Amino acid sequence: MAVDQSFVGRTYPPEGVYEVSAEKVREFATAVAGAGSASATGGPLATAPVPAVHVDVDAARALGHADVVAPPTFAVVLAQRSDARFLADPAAGVDFSRVVHGEQAFTHHRPVVAGDRLLTTLHVDGVRVAAGNAIVTTRNEIATEGGEPVCTATSVLVVRAPDAEGEGA
Amino acid sequence: MSAQELEVGQEVARRTFPVHRADLVRYAGASGDFNPIHWSQSTAQAVGLPGVIAHGMFTMALAGRVVQDWCGDPGRLTSFGVRFTRPVVVPDEGTEVEVVAVVGALDDGAPADGDEPARPATVRLDLTATCAGVSVLTRARAVVRR
Repeated sequence: MAVDQSFVGRTYPPEGVYEVSAEKVREFATAVAGAGSASATGGPLATAPVPAVHVDVDAARALGHADVVAPPTFAVVLAQRSDARFLADPAAGVDFSRVVHGEQAFTHHRPVVAGDRLLTTLHVDGVRVAAGNAIVTTRNEIATEGGEPVCTATSVLVVRAPDAEGEGA
Repeated sequence: MSAQELEVGQEVARRTFPVHRADLVRYAGASGDFNPIHWSQSTAQAVGLPGVIAHGMFTMALAGRVVQDWCGDPGRLTSFGVRFTRPVVVPDEGTEVEVVAVVGALDDGAPADGDEPARPATVRLDLTATCAGVSVLTRARAVVRR
């Protein structure tokens, strides 16, 4: 089933506030800290130490931040949730099990910190077909409730054709 | 990181991360991305992948970790983008991803001029990530305020 190109240009307004909690920042930062080395206690179930700026409010404030700072890819949590409004819409024609990530970019207008109350607006910027694969470009504009821009997250997703080569991740 | 010490082409960081399936499960939970190609061997193979693959965003996050450890503050990244070229296949016994950061460009910034807002001094790091000898990210660039 082809991805419906009539979705290009659609905008999805924010669905609600995402409140960034210190615990979510800690959880995400732990998940991307890197695995413990196989020789370390705990083996593959252990994680590497998490930078203090993500978990220690005093360390974050020493760097001038209001609270613990999210890792530089954290906004993808909001962006992917927002993208699902388009990708999971049966009318869009996207087979989720065939979706791989082609490109990702973040422009950080300022860092995400715990306590932020964020709104995410989704723009479907492009749908095109290349070598039988559908290439979908989305852009999520993330801002505070007061309208302060925080992050622009742009994603290129590849909906692989059934016989496609494995590219992307 | 004083600007005087940096030169375009200079390698500033190199780090190898072990990656196990437990990391992908942990990342799925933390990120909310539960696509089964990141934890189910049969689903991954049914859609033509060699096996379970890491979330591209997990690999990108490892590259981001190298950048922030180098500059000391994740809040200094003003932009960060990557292209995912090949999947990171993660067998049961795990694999490794190596990230290398090289100075790609230096910008001394500029004060505000008329309608042009001030531009901060930045360094662009060009990143490579490899798994099993194969490049898994291209055009991976992070711009960091100096």
